[in-house]
Amino acid sequence: MSGQIQLSRRRFLQVLTGTAGALIVGIRTAGAVDLPPALLGGTFQSLGPYVQIDSDGNVLIGARDPDTGTGVATSLPRIIADELDADWNRVSVIPLGLGVENDHGQPRWIYGRQLGGTGGSIPAAWQELRQVGALARWLLLQAAARRLGVPADRLRCESGTVIAPDGRRVTYGSLVEVAGKIPLTKSVPPVKTPERYTLIGAPAGDVDAHAIVTGQASYAIDHHYGDALVAVLVHCPWPDGTLARIDTAATLAVKGVVKVLQLQPEKDQPLGETAIAPAVAVLAQDTWSALQGRDKLELEWKPGASGTQSSYALEQQAQALLDGDDAPTTRVRNDGDVDAAGKKAARRLEATYVQPWLAHATAEPMNCLVRLDKDRASLVVPTQAPQRAWAVVQRLTGLAPDHIDIRVPRVGGGYGRRLDHDYVAEAVMLAKLVDKPVRLLWTRAQDFGHDFYRAASVHRISAIVGRKRELIGWNQRMASASALVQRGVPDNRLWTSETRADQLPAGLVPNYRSDWYGLESAMPRGPMRGMPHLSNAFAVESFIDEIAHMMREDPLKTRLRLLGEPRTLALAGGGTLDLGRLANVLKLVADRIEWKNWLRSVNGLGIACWHVDGAYVAHAIEASMQGEKLTIERAVCAVDVGRVINPLGLQGQVAGATLDALSTALNLAVTYKDGQIQQHDYKSYPLASMAQLPNDVEVITVPGDRSPAGASFLAMPTAAPALANAVFRASAVRVRRLPLMKELLRLL
Amino acid sequence: MPPAQDQAMPTPDSNIVPEKIRDGIEVVINGEPFRHTGDPAMPLLWYLRDVLRLTGTKYGGDAQAGNGADLVLVDGRPVPAIGQPMKALAGKRVTTVEGLAANDGTLHPLQQAFIDEDAIGCGYCTPGWLISGVALLTRTAQPSDDDIDRLPNLCRCGSQTRVRRAIKRAAAGKAGQA
Repeated sequence: MSGQIQLSRRRFLQVLTGTAGALIVGIRTAGAVDLPPALLGGTFQSLGPYVQIDSDGNVLIGARDPDTGTGVATSLPRIIADELDADWNRVSVIPLGLGVENDHGQPRWIYGRQLGGTGGSIPAAWQELRQVGALARWLLLQAAARRLGVPADRLRCESGTVIAPDGRRVTYGSLVEVAGKIPLTKSVPPVKTPERYTLIGAPAGDVDAHAIVTGQASYAIDHHYGDALVAVLVHCPWPDGTLARIDTAATLAVKGVVKVLQLQPEKDQPLGETAIAPAVAVLAQDTWSALQGRDKLELEWKPGASGTQSSYALEQQAQALLDGDDAPTTRVRNDGDVDAAGKKAARRLEATYVQPWLAHATAEPMNCLVRLDKDRASLVVPTQAPQRAWAVVQRLTGLAPDHIDIRVPRVGGGYGRRLDHDYVAEAVMLAKLVDKPVRLLWTRAQDFGHDFYRAASVHRISAIVGRKRELIGWNQRMASASALVQRGVPDNRLWTSETRADQLPAGLVPNYRSDWYGLESAMPRGPMRGMPHLSNAFAVESFIDEIAHMMREDPLKTRLRLLGEPRTLALAGGGTLDLGRLANVLKLVADRIEWKNWLRSVNGLGIACWHVDGAYVAHAIEASMQGEKLTIERAVCAVDVGRVINPLGLQGQVAGATLDALSTALNLAVTYKDGQIQQHDYKSYPLASMAQLPNDVEVITVPGDRSPAGASFLAMPTAAPALANAVFRASAVRVRRLPLMKELLRLL
Repeated sequence: MPPAQDQAMPTPDSNIVPEKIRDGIEVVINGEPFRHTGDPAMPLLWYLRDVLRLTGTKYGGDAQAGNGADLVLVDGRPVPAIGQPMKALAGKRVTTVEGLAANDGTLHPLQQAFIDEDAIGCGYCTPGWLISGVALLTRTAQPSDDDIDRLPNLCRCGSQTRVRRAIKRAAAGKAGQA
């Protein structure tokens, strides 16, 4: 028995009967082959975000988006489970691999969106996942109505049980067989009203927690195919360099080493979809043999044109551009007339903020397990975007869409690095050259040395203040190398990875101009967590503090006056900016940190606020200086994301993003000289130690009933400026260059 | 007819050859003895991961500059597994994250406290935090914030404040309590 309810032109809710009468409800695309259940095998192979209830009452929920530590493997299934009124203790979550079918040679993504770590999982899931749970509950209610002889609308569900008005109870497990045979209506049963939520809004620990603390959680790097060869690489130090000489004799003499192979990036492929640089691969029977063989390689690389570039020279170039009068690459926004406003200035202020190159530093290094059979590819990939990984495999193998099987276990950090799949391309290229599966492993040094980095930026901002202390002009000029070059993005959109047209204080200052100057660099660049908010919030929110200081004013007061009366502004990219909600998070952190002590506090207090795609964040930080020792005494963060699915998960994300941003701001910078990256390990790229970080992050979440916004990096942008503003109060030193510790020690 | 073993045993040969001393390196891992007969220079990390397929101990980086994801206890002391060649481990007792719980599955209080506090980001570096945390609690039943500050682990997801709470919870004997 199976049936469907149409959701949209292409998407259906589907009901199936599984093994032993289990009830299965899922979402799939139209036109999909309607396999008899017996052939489905594991249902998760064929049915997307789904719920299965077996006759024992156990509930299985498939999670479609990769969990890189963002908690979506917990929060997405809870959205379904809440609609179902399931007993959470009986729910197991299965990470879904890539859902792809063959649509006349083209891929059809049967699970819809499968993307992690971009802040979009929950908003997308909210729109459709609830319907899965709602339909399953409706079917169970109809079955219970027949069993109990009571109309369905007089029954209620609670924690895996249907309860009749007279107190009789029937468990879901005993109803599934009948429920699967209930004729479907044309429309989807209504989803719950908020007052009936039981799991949504209630705290839940990570579903993988037990597996993780016992060492049983399996990441891609932990997977094996019995006879796989381990492949380790030496990459050319320059993406455009070439191999001048190679001697493999000593390597091949190492016991266990099987082969040495050369890899070339394919020509004319976008960045991130082929190998990042030429490389030599050592394939061996085990990791230790491979690494020993790698150490014995004698290689000589010849630099390409990038071999003379340096991060220092790029910054000089940026400064020179901002010093000059050249027209910008893109005028991002131009409200009013900044030049004319300058003539009415009572006061002016200008400052330049410099932020460094950054690396992703994922805990789990790049790796990929691939097995190529005659007409099938099977992979285990640590990816944020399995559909993009699929495209790389398909291009390299030419296999039919549904003959590529990609599994995505929990991922050891993404931060944007795993939206690219150079490492997948490398593994597949190697597997094509040997007749065994390949397990590719990057070393830590390679991870740091061959990243798609976040480029440095220089912001020069000038403000024009009128006679009544009002901000009448804002002129922001930013120079950076776009993250979107060589990624199929038209030139007039390259600025979109660097700044936003509707970021603060756009819309709040009558004469506002934002110019972007594009720089060129051979260093590979790509998506990075928090971009472009991170760099812009640091410059803007530091500068607003500087304006307040110039006006001898409390910076909280300056900010609240700038935000003005609660109202909404239309955003350039769609959606609205709710100034009331933004002011609210600002006031919340101010109250919590006792901002009234701002002036007389011995420690420095700093504050900052920002908005990201309909979500709002503010930080307040208390810092102390003893000699050269900086201590972050307190960190308070308030977020408003609308409806909160899992408060515990949200608190973890907010605290985590705060610490990530503080760690980055305090310590981290990638530099390159002669075209070569100078950071190769955690010593040279020192993530903050426990001692540098605050002992606690006090998280305030604003309750709300609007559709939930994503929060994966929401708490990042305001941490660094709040810290720099606190450091200014504590030390009288204004840090305009990151990383902060290095600059602070230089200026002290 | 009586069973065969009840018959008189044959007289043993007088020139019986004693069992050869087995080669390799004996190391006790999570209470179980193993014998490594491969390259004595192989780091413990790859022995655990490639040979025993105990993959809870993660690759973190070089011994001196890693993130602590590969920490294990050797005779109770937390050390990076990648810096421990097998030959240095003869007769030593190694505990990995898989060996922290009791044989019946009862979690170590710190494991339970990590669950209680949701002290997990992506989870990749978590085994290393548990190992150094357990070592700390063994050394100092009531660790101070300064003691916790000295843990060598690194985490980009930002689980540190939750890890700190978990260690204090375990120290206070409140693991598993509301």
